[in-house]
Amino acid sequence: MADLEKFRSETRAWLEQNCPPEMRKPMTSDGDTFWGGRNAKFSSEPQRVWFERMRDKGWTVPHWPKEYGGGGLDGEEAKILRQEMAAIGARQPLTSFGISMLGPALLKYGTEAQKKEHLPKITAGLIRWCQGYSEPNAGSDLASLQTRAESDGDDFIINGQKIWTSYANYADWIFCLVRTDPVAKKHDGISFILFDMTSKGVSTKPILLISGYSPFCETFFDNVRVPQSHVVGTINRGWDVAKYLLQHERAMISGMGERGVGRPLGQIAADSIGADAQGRLDDAVLRSQIASFEVDEAALAAAAERAVDLAKAGQAHPAFSSAMKYYGTELNKRRYEILMSAGGIDALEWESERSRGGARPRAWLRTKANSIEGGTSEVMLGIVAKRILDLPGA
Amino acid sequence: MALILNEEQSMLRDSARGLISDKAPVSHLRQLRDSKDETGFSRELWNTFAEMGFSGLLVSEQFGGSGLGAVEAGIVMEEIGRTLMPSPFLATSVLAASALSRGGSEAQKSQHLPRIADGSLLAALAVDEGAKHRPLQTRMQAIRSGNGFKLNGDKALVVDGHTAGLLIVAARTAGSAGEKNGVTLFLVDPKAKGIARERTIMVDSHNAARIVFDSVEVNADSVLGEVDQGYPLLESVLNVGRGAVASEMVGLSEEVFGRTVAYLKERKQFGKPIGEFQALQHRAAQLYIDIEITRAAVLKALQALDADLANAGSAVAVAKARAGTTATLAVQEGVQMHGGMGMTDQFDIGFFMKRARVCQELFGDSNFHADQLARAKGY
Ligand SMILES: Cc1cc2nc3c(=O)[nH]c(=O)nc-3n(C[C@H](O)[C@H](O)[C@H](O)COP(=O)(O)OP(=O)(O)OC[C@H]3O[C@@H](n4cnc5c(N)ncnc54)[C@H](O)[C@@H]3O)c2cc1C
Ligand SMILES: Cc1cc2nc3c(=O)[nH]c(=O)nc-3n(C[C@H](O)[C@H](O)[C@H](O)COP(=O)(O)OP(=O)(O)OC[C@H]3O[C@@H](n4cnc5c(N)ncnc54)[C@H](O)[C@@H]3O)c2cc1C
Repeated sequence: MADLEKFRSETRAWLEQNCPPEMRKPMTSDGDTFWGGRNAKFSSEPQRVWFERMRDKGWTVPHWPKEYGGGGLDGEEAKILRQEMAAIGARQPLTSFGISMLGPALLKYGTEAQKKEHLPKITAGLIRWCQGYSEPNAGSDLASLQTRAESDGDDFIINGQKIWTSYANYADWIFCLVRTDPVAKKHDGISFILFDMTSKGVSTKPILLISGYSPFCETFFDNVRVPQSHVVGTINRGWDVAKYLLQHERAMISGMGERGVGRPLGQIAADSIGADAQGRLDDAVLRSQIASFEVDEAALAAAAERAVDLAKAGQAHPAFSSAMKYYGTELNKRRYEILMSAGGIDALEWESERSRGGARPRAWLRTKANSIEGGTSEVMLGIVAKRILDLPGA
Repeated sequence: MALILNEEQSMLRDSARGLISDKAPVSHLRQLRDSKDETGFSRELWNTFAEMGFSGLLVSEQFGGSGLGAVEAGIVMEEIGRTLMPSPFLATSVLAASALSRGGSEAQKSQHLPRIADGSLLAALAVDEGAKHRPLQTRMQAIRSGNGFKLNGDKALVVDGHTAGLLIVAARTAGSAGEKNGVTLFLVDPKAKGIARERTIMVDSHNAARIVFDSVEVNADSVLGEVDQGYPLLESVLNVGRGAVASEMVGLSEEVFGRTVAYLKERKQFGKPIGEFQALQHRAAQLYIDIEITRAAVLKALQALDADLANAGSAVAVAKARAGTTATLAVQEGVQMHGGMGMTDQFDIGFFMKRARVCQELFGDSNFHADQLARAKGY
């Protein structure tokens, strides 16, 4: 305990000294997120400084082992760091699918050579990854995927198409699900493989979203040659790796949304709607919606904290991240419905300077994907019913 | 602090669960109801509670208790919620013990706390007056008279009010309804002249009373805490009670849910278990998620009460609001998914629905607490 208190005070002092004031303000646009990668550019000098200081401390990924560029913190220490960062509103110095998705899967299933090759480039923000799971005919029913990988000496030759590949056009490498055994049962012929997006035969085509942004792509593979040594885990057992990764992805998505930071929603609403003589939001029905939202939001924050503590104590159900993913994403959609209502006609402007290019309606529309990406809400409920409640035939 | 139970707390849960599920399953409540028991609870079981150290859980060791906190009280309440056991635990061991421990003089503490710990004294907190819980609206008058005060007014939903040997009463010594200033707590002997107690048989078959105070004289020594300044004390005591009732609702919700999921696996229609129908599966999964999230919020509040009672208000508001909506959903889904069976008195599920409704109202329903949170956040 004494050690942890010491760690807390040292961490607090270090953050105080090293986190630039600009990096303690809530993010307002996509550019505020630093993703790393070969073509990465910093959107500001404080962003660069903050990233480099955290990287040098190993704190871009505080809980990974030091040998792979992580901070080597244990669960308690990592929690303290999160709390202290949250206390000053410090931004994440680096965000990436390498951290939240591929890394955990590599740590569990990767060979030592694969870990040494890829993890340090993730923590240092050198390589940006994308996720090649979904296909036009394999969405919720992911295991029916058809992208083929055929053996050719020590290599695989990959042909097929992925869709909804987030940031495929910016990514350096892809972790990809491919069918390596076309006759086996659908779950038993899939492999999890890594390759460079600059490989010959890889091409991407951005898709425009309802938010007007285009953060994801169709991704095509035309005779892409990849060494078989790039398979993570066992050939044809990629489904295990894929599922394990999804647990982490879902935990990450459930944490999206600016929970509990910044001004209370009710005050944001009062800015545009006004307050009555007693200082209460001058829209009684919206006020009550916001109040129940904030009850649920605080409860979810407690549940997220508890989920981490349960995992640390070895008491967590492996499918619990699906429960959190369901609730967290539905809640984030509720937040943005409230924000749109609170903003009224001001929240409808799409292009003006005043509306920062329609930031709010675009963010609102983006949240609608939360309950689709990483597995839909219905699929999450199905997983809870089957794996946690053990209901029949689910 | 980790948001899970530690080893001692898990042991406490196991021993409370063992005792309560063995000695007071739902059939115990049913039996008390059907026999129209005068007291509405089992004295014998209460003595066992005392022997096991539960009645003095919140009483300090100095006065014969175990000096534990809100988390431990919540653990016992959760087990009570699982079987709906009628017990003096909430009114006596949680509310009265907290009020006396926090507000009592040395004399008041040494007079009452040891008797709470050993199970010989039952007590009740009289706060509510109108149809809804509005402690700030307390109107009951306490007018100075001689060396003491004269109490006039009506109290409702006084949990265990008819069996209590000691009443803790909130009244106004100054100010008017809506003001914090001017509220004072009194320790009152329920046998005092001018008190009329009516046991109110409630929908949940648990104990409650309406109490009328007609010029009841109390002396100055009966003031608990400070004259006119009782509101913060009352608010803290209520918050501990709210945390406890929220825990009861977590236990209740989880029990209803467990019984319902078991029924989904067992009941066959259309040639298969009804648990195979996705329409029910998804609702069951949603309810499971709701209960898990509420459980975390409630534990968070209990820990906050133990860490810093005066600043636990918002965490408690979140917990009580969540627990209320979750329990309401759990019992409704429970009855619905049991089909016609769920509507029968012979089946236990209805008891849970009735108790959940009472727990919602106790010390503020979900709306009240969501509103409290909104006020605390300034909108
Ligand atoms: C913004 C965004 C980013 C994404 N990023 C990536 C990425 O980087 N990489 C990647 O591989 N994929 C990505 N995806 C794809 C995502 O994983 C899929 O969209 C998702 O799995 C759903 O598949 P689908 O779109 O084919 O919908 P479908 O599976 O066709 O579902 C349509 C509807 O039917 C429902 N449904 C389907 N099956 C069932 C069932 N058994 N029971 C009840 N209801 C059911 C669904 O819940 C949904 O409401 C992204 C998606 C979005 C929106
Ligand atoms: C007060 C009352 C009065 C009644 N009066 C009469 C009367 O006068 N005459 C008479 O004949 N009957 C009467 N009934 C019986 C009533 O019609 C049945 O209770 C009702 O049809 C449900 O059947 P069950 O109780 O067997 O429930 P079940 O069929 O066992 O249903 C249990 C649960 O499973 C759900 N479920 C079942 N199948 C599916 C499915 N395929 N998909 C999704 N969910 C499913 C149900 O919706 C329910 O939630 C009465 C019932 C009550 C409660």
